[in-house]
Amino acid sequence: MKRLMYLLPLGIFLVLAGYFAVGLTLNPRDMPSVLIDQEVPPFDLKPIRGYEKGFSSEDLKGQVTLVNVFGSWCISCLAEHPMLMEIKRRELVPIYGIDWRERDPEAGPRWLAKRGDPYTLIGDDPESKAAIAFGVTGAPETFFVDKRGFIRYKHVGPVTPENWESTLWPLVQELRKQ
Amino acid sequence: MKIFISLLLLALSLSPAMAVEPSEVLADPALEQRAREVSVGLRCVVCQNQSIDDSNAELARDMRVLVRERIVAGDSNQQVLDYMVSRYGDFVLLKPPLKQATYVLWFGPPVIVGIGVLVLIVFYRRRDSAGVEVVEAVPAALNEKERRRLDALMKDDG
Repeated sequence: MKRLMYLLPLGIFLVLAGYFAVGLTLNPRDMPSVLIDQEVPPFDLKPIRGYEKGFSSEDLKGQVTLVNVFGSWCISCLAEHPMLMEIKRRELVPIYGIDWRERDPEAGPRWLAKRGDPYTLIGDDPESKAAIAFGVTGAPETFFVDKRGFIRYKHVGPVTPENWESTLWPLVQELRKQ
Repeated sequence: MKIFISLLLLALSLSPAMAVEPSEVLADPALEQRAREVSVGLRCVVCQNQSIDDSNAELARDMRVLVRERIVAGDSNQQVLDYMVSRYGDFVLLKPPLKQATYVLWFGPPVIVGIGVLVLIVFYRRRDSAGVEVVEAVPAALNEKERRRLDALMKDDG
């Protein structure tokens, strides 16, 4: 019994080490969105410069859609851009864009003109109104919205061919069935 | 000493550097005060361990502006906090709320301190009672063989 007592500190250490091993390898930016299974927050964004139509929450009803938060200043958005173009080219699912925090109102349109525009509609969000309503913490973030206009999934970071094939495209197909 | 006092006064006169820009400040000081109180409790979601009140991040700025807009529109402090929590979850609050999921967080440390104190009490009680026994045990006197050896050694030396 006495001997076992001496092992106690080692035991406590191992338990703590276990917690740290898990806790310290978690990504603190991976935050569960509280908006999952909730209706898209109401918003009505103006068009970006040179575009006729803006983008409002009403546009999202009736079909499965993606809402992608991007900005011309955002490097990871550049990384995922070819994949979004590919989704548009193959007509897999409509993507709606929120052009977030452009300092220069020309920057967003110029970025899209140069690289191609994968979006069905784009809203201008210079003051993070829609971004905060969506609980966005960084760009890019992509929300998966079902036919009823409910947010069903939040993808943080770029959409890549890999995560599209493994997770995101099956999810779109699943949402379509419902 | 004089230098020390003047340095101390200087340090006390400095207000902490806040990120709130003059253009954001509300005209009504009472509302601005409330906006500051709310902002201090809201986490800058980009920088994680700063409040939006002292973060220079752009999203923190936009959140500060939103806090002020809502306060001007007539929201109570709690309503503004509730709105932010409805968007970002409890994570956005720098002080986590007391609820079932956070019981371990709030009560864990006092419970562990309590266990530590208990262990200490038990440890010292045991040691004290053991100590009494040690004091009572007087070293045994030399036996016959030892005494002879000691005598021999003393004689050799002399």
